[in-house]
Amino acid sequence: MVLAIGIGAVNVPAGDVWTVLVHHATGRGAVDDIALDQIVWQFRTPRVVLAAVVGAGLAVAGAVLQTLVSNPLADPTVLGFSHGASLGAVLVITLGGAGLGGLGVSGAAFAGALLAGLLVFALGQRRGRLAPTRLVLAGVAVGYVLLSATSFVQLRATPTELRGVMFWMLGSVSGARWSQLPAVTAVVAIGTALLASFGRRLNALLAGDESATSLGVDVHRTRAVLLVVAALLTGTVIAVAGGIGFVGLMIPHLVRLALGADHRRLLPLSALLGAVYLVLVDLLSRTVDRPNELPLGILTALLGAPFFLWLLRRNKGLDAA
Amino acid sequence: MRLTVDGLDITLGATPVLRDVVLDVSPGQIVGLVGPNGSGKSTLLRAVYRSLRPAAGVVEVGGRDVWRLSSRAAARHTAAVLQDGAGAGGLTVAETVALGRTPHHGVLGRDGEGDRRAVAEAMENCGIAPLADRDLSSLSGGERQRVLLARALAQAPELLVLDELTNHLDIRARFELLGLIRKTGVTTLAVLHDLDLAARFCDRLVVLHHGRAVAAGPVLDALTPRLLHEVFGVRARAERHPDGVIRITYEADPLAP
Ligand SMILES: Nc1ncnc2c1ncn2[C@@H]1O[C@H](COP(=O)(O)OP(=O)(O)OP(=O)(O)O)[C@@H](O)[C@H]1O
Ligand SMILES: [Mg+2]
Repeated sequence: MVLAIGIGAVNVPAGDVWTVLVHHATGRGAVDDIALDQIVWQFRTPRVVLAAVVGAGLAVAGAVLQTLVSNPLADPTVLGFSHGASLGAVLVITLGGAGLGGLGVSGAAFAGALLAGLLVFALGQRRGRLAPTRLVLAGVAVGYVLLSATSFVQLRATPTELRGVMFWMLGSVSGARWSQLPAVTAVVAIGTALLASFGRRLNALLAGDESATSLGVDVHRTRAVLLVVAALLTGTVIAVAGGIGFVGLMIPHLVRLALGADHRRLLPLSALLGAVYLVLVDLLSRTVDRPNELPLGILTALLGAPFFLWLLRRNKGLDAA
Repeated sequence: MRLTVDGLDITLGATPVLRDVVLDVSPGQIVGLVGPNGSGKSTLLRAVYRSLRPAAGVVEVGGRDVWRLSSRAAARHTAAVLQDGAGAGGLTVAETVALGRTPHHGVLGRDGEGDRRAVAEAMENCGIAPLADRDLSSLSGGERQRVLLARALAQAPELLVLDELTNHLDIRARFELLGLIRKTGVTTLAVLHDLDLAARFCDRLVVLHHGRAVAAGPVLDALTPRLLHEVFGVRARAERHPDGVIRITYEADPLAP
């Protein structure tokens, strides 16, 4: 973490980073170089913390969604949440916040993700029960509709707006500020804890709906609560960091491959690995092409996918699962 | 624990699947639920393990209406082995058997010594201890049935409902597992297609036909030649042999009109 804070457009030695962090955390010691203090404390530190929080949130939400709809491909994108967020963000970027009741980009993205979630929730029901296949299909369908709406809005955008849209959709934590961190961190921490408390019931869901019912799990209610929490969690994360794909898909599967599917391990470890992964990706995003920065969404998949494919090849047992 | 079903009506879509079904299993008994495909056996079990709410009628376990209990409270005394297999999800055998402990824990409950003992004992009894770390999806059909029975036994049930447990099991395993259930002494309602096995292991039988319980009672009273013909469409007799075992003898042409 200290290293990730130090490296960037301007490199700061780890020792100096430590001094600044200790100074702000405990009030001890002094920082003479104001520019150094600015870089480390005002820009880099919130950025690294945000990357960690976002990575954790996306990974946990992905892990839960995959079990929830009994589909290994599920993640916030497949269930339409991300497309909802994109539409909200794009509308604000091109039309300005005024058209949407003064919402900022983040607010609109959050609202978009939640609305998409609610729509999928409503369409995924059959006779008052949430059916896994129906949920996935509803998510994909809603996602496509939102995607075409987003494309339509983009067609009418100016080149400058388009650049902003592109950058938002590919995700970034470069805009991290201390002021937004407490709220985002709190949502991710509470959401993760809540989802993790469902560990046993999520395990039971792996056995199928009928079996889970016979094991004392109220399948419909469990699915409803989990879906809402996962939508809130991703909505929050996407709102501040844009559309970062692949983390929610890859990280949970990595943990499953290494340590099995028991959710009482899977969820905390996915959070941890997701956090580490996104901190590293963010670090790369601002070092490979200094002083320019690459959007995170490009790197998460570019780095993650080959590694993931390599792991899949090594684990032949996965076919049966 | 006693299971009592009374006046049970269930309609799925527009089809009435069960009509006015009455059924009673005394504590410690094994009652066989038999009937042709589509007669409503699985549907009846679903009402017992609280997966399908009946349109009318009551299901009582130990004198308490299961539909007035929470799903968790009901699952603490009723366990099920179902027809729909084990699902797919990458759990190991030991983790699957441990699912049986789910209803005995609250949100934050950790596995204790009691849980571990229940799981180990169930695996031992069902002969799957050597498979503990295998991925569930890598097992044969019969091995999987044993795992599902172990999961149900780990649930420490006072009522066991079984939907074609003996499916996929080899001949020896059928005797072994049904014998094991006999030995545990837990009250059991078992759907069985093999009438010979049903006759051998069950204290009583209930025969379902087109959603109605058309016969109930001790094996020889329930499986009359007339009923075997009218309900199952075969010419056969159930007889007690000199060794005390009831066996089914099928005629040379069982499909004769
Ligand atoms: N969702 C549904 N809608 C309409 N009819 C249904 C539905 N589910 C089941 N049925 C019908 O209810 C009847 C009873 O089904 P059930 O599964 O209880 O039969 P079963 O006795 O267990 O049969 P089997 O021996 O083949 O397992 C069948 O005719 C079936 O087609
Ligand atoms: Mg059936």
